[in-house]
Amino acid sequence: MNNVDLNTIANNYTERANTFKRSVVVCAGTGCIANGSMNIYHQFIRLSEEKGYKITVALKKEEGGDTLLKHSGCQGFCQMGPLVTINPEGIFYTHVKVDDVEEIIEKTLKNGEIIDRLLFENQEKGKIAHQKDIPFYAKQQRTTLKLCGMMDAEDIEEYIAHDGYKMAQKAVTQMNSEQICDEITRSGLRGRGGGGFPTGFKWSLARKQESEKKFIICNGDEGDPGAFMDRCLMEGNPHSVLEGMLIAGMAIGADEGYIYVRTEYPLAVKRLRKAVADANRLGFLGEHIFGSEKSFQINVFEGAGAFVCGEETALIASIEGKRGMPMPKPPFPAQKGLYGKPTIINNVETLSSVPVILNMGTAQYASLGTKKSSGTKTFALTGHVANTGLIEVPFGTTLRQIIGEIGGGVINDDGTNVGTDFKAVQIGGPSGGCLTKEHMDMPLDYDNLLEVGAMVGSGGLVVMNHQTCMVQIARFFMQFTQNESCGKCTVCREGTKQLLYLMDDIIEGRATLETLDLIEELAQTVKIGSLCGLGKTAPNPVLSTLEHFRDEYLEHIVNKRCPTGQCTALRSYEIDQSLCKKCSLCMRKCPVGAISGSRETGYVIDKNKCIKCGACMEACKFNAIKIA
Amino acid sequence: MTNVLSKQFDQVCEILNKYENNHYKLIPILQEIQEVYEYLPEEIMTYISTALGISPSQIYGVATFYSHFTLEPKGKHIVKVCDGTACHVKKSGKILEQIKKELNLTDKKTTSDDRLFTLETVACLGACGLAPVMVIDETVYGSVTPEKVTQLLNEIREQEKGANHE
Repeated sequence: MNNVDLNTIANNYTERANTFKRSVVVCAGTGCIANGSMNIYHQFIRLSEEKGYKITVALKKEEGGDTLLKHSGCQGFCQMGPLVTINPEGIFYTHVKVDDVEEIIEKTLKNGEIIDRLLFENQEKGKIAHQKDIPFYAKQQRTTLKLCGMMDAEDIEEYIAHDGYKMAQKAVTQMNSEQICDEITRSGLRGRGGGGFPTGFKWSLARKQESEKKFIICNGDEGDPGAFMDRCLMEGNPHSVLEGMLIAGMAIGADEGYIYVRTEYPLAVKRLRKAVADANRLGFLGEHIFGSEKSFQINVFEGAGAFVCGEETALIASIEGKRGMPMPKPPFPAQKGLYGKPTIINNVETLSSVPVILNMGTAQYASLGTKKSSGTKTFALTGHVANTGLIEVPFGTTLRQIIGEIGGGVINDDGTNVGTDFKAVQIGGPSGGCLTKEHMDMPLDYDNLLEVGAMVGSGGLVVMNHQTCMVQIARFFMQFTQNESCGKCTVCREGTKQLLYLMDDIIEGRATLETLDLIEELAQTVKIGSLCGLGKTAPNPVLSTLEHFRDEYLEHIVNKRCPTGQCTALRSYEIDQSLCKKCSLCMRKCPVGAISGSRETGYVIDKNKCIKCGACMEACKFNAIKIA
Repeated sequence: MTNVLSKQFDQVCEILNKYENNHYKLIPILQEIQEVYEYLPEEIMTYISTALGISPSQIYGVATFYSHFTLEPKGKHIVKVCDGTACHVKKSGKILEQIKKELNLTDKKTTSDDRLFTLETVACLGACGLAPVMVIDETVYGSVTPEKVTQLLNEIREQEKGANHE
């Protein structure tokens, strides 16, 4: 099929979809699937067969039926899953169970009646029936994520019905490469993978390279712990990623692209492969795309598990079948990349935004966000917050809005909601830093974050409550980068290891004040002496926590005490004699015989013998053993 | 070459043919071979090196660099515990401890004596909204507790017992 009429496909789809009175969308993002959403999906099908109620699964050629059943990509509100939405009313059911399906069919689908029990509820507004009224969604501006969670990710026709591939067709048939680069430059789009390099400018660098062969690579090696935006896009709207790549390919004059996906994301790999096959079938990819003389093909490459491959040159080495080790730049990949040819590597979210931007118009997109950081950004909101999930807000939104309004407040270890009273927010993963309450009203964008020693990174926002030990968090990230260091640069390979030992010294009570000086000196060495971003940013979490929580470090070092009681070695256990019932259970449980006493006199812990294992505390039925 | 290995040797040749013995395709080749044997046997790696015209050390280098590849056979069920930031702050450490206790494992010893389970930790599974998360084979379990770990492992053990009796 050469010359495709997108309008015909779109109209056919819409016409068929309109024959249904209602549609049911079951969220099939990873989170909801883990909570059993596919069982719910199958229960709808089973019951429709048994009860003689006509539910149609996906839009096939045959028409008719009362309700259309779809499963979508991630809708973002993972904590409340499994999610079921009923359209056109937009009724939004949360925590749906298999047993609820029959009632949904009888009441909501047949009569439009709302089942109160399944609605989202919050203290302020009570039960909320429609998705758009829930604060979690109402305060967001879902732009790149808009289609994700609304449509069937595996149905190319539905994507086309939402203006899909229209911009790719325009880019192939009506625009030249310079025009495309200019448009993207005007939109102000900056790389969403971390660095924030202007995308249009990056493209024009590669466009000007003279070469017969060029490549576009989509970087889907989302390895930052605590980030899953790219996963949701690849799973929930794979065609938008392909369309973005196709437009990028036209912009730089490439005829081949690779999508590098982490092996940990099998569903994304599967959906992307299906999307590529469907796009090939309709003539959007392959030879003579959209009936033109141009060609563009896309390969899906499954990674093999190495965080460092998120770095451009390491990723290229990995596609070439080598160990994923970074190379010095220059030459930049835009000059000499994959197989020595000019190569542009863009993040999933960046590419997925491209068709959205062109569809809405570059001027309008540029008007979103702040002056130097235009548009919207997706964040993975996780940690100690009431509503965890995937969100999208314009640049310039503050932590107060994100945590207080969208996130619904911070949750303490005992389960109480303490509003915006967070201790720290880790942003940008292991390369980023932490923000504290003083940054509560700072507009979040690329430049503001860099100024305070953090970065947008890929967009993980991990909220931490006051029961979190910041030294432990810094150690956690240090361990991560130490594990993932590829070993090429000595200061990164050995330096991160030594930093980790020094952090352990603090946590286990061996550190002196000199340890801090040593950490700061070594951190600078690792930063300066490493080749790639992994090493250059590895000490950031340590430095940033040291800056904002120095007192907490000093408390560990000088007073050998962990203020949150999280560091086991610094704990000291005591028996509260007023609560003790003298049952002697703790004495019998203690593995080292540190507890002595009798049923008459009560029991005491010998601090010199105690190994701080906590067995006594776990054993005590009267909560009489406390951490001093 | 042992008999066990040679059984699937035709498949190795098919994989190499599919990728036209192109050494640039080493990673997908190793991935598919691992699917056949469930690990990368040394003899097979030596054979690939001859077929692709690159040194065995280069193949060994790649096979040991990426965490997805394994040089030893794994247990029947793979248990992955997420220790990403979100899971970590939601106490994934306790989940890990519980599994080690249940299966009698240590940091070095990751496969249980009965070859039923192999324990792995991963940096992030991308299901942070459900932290702490663990994956057994292909199934994701969210908001896991130490009690749930014991229950899940026991369920699998029971199933295996049932399967053996049939």
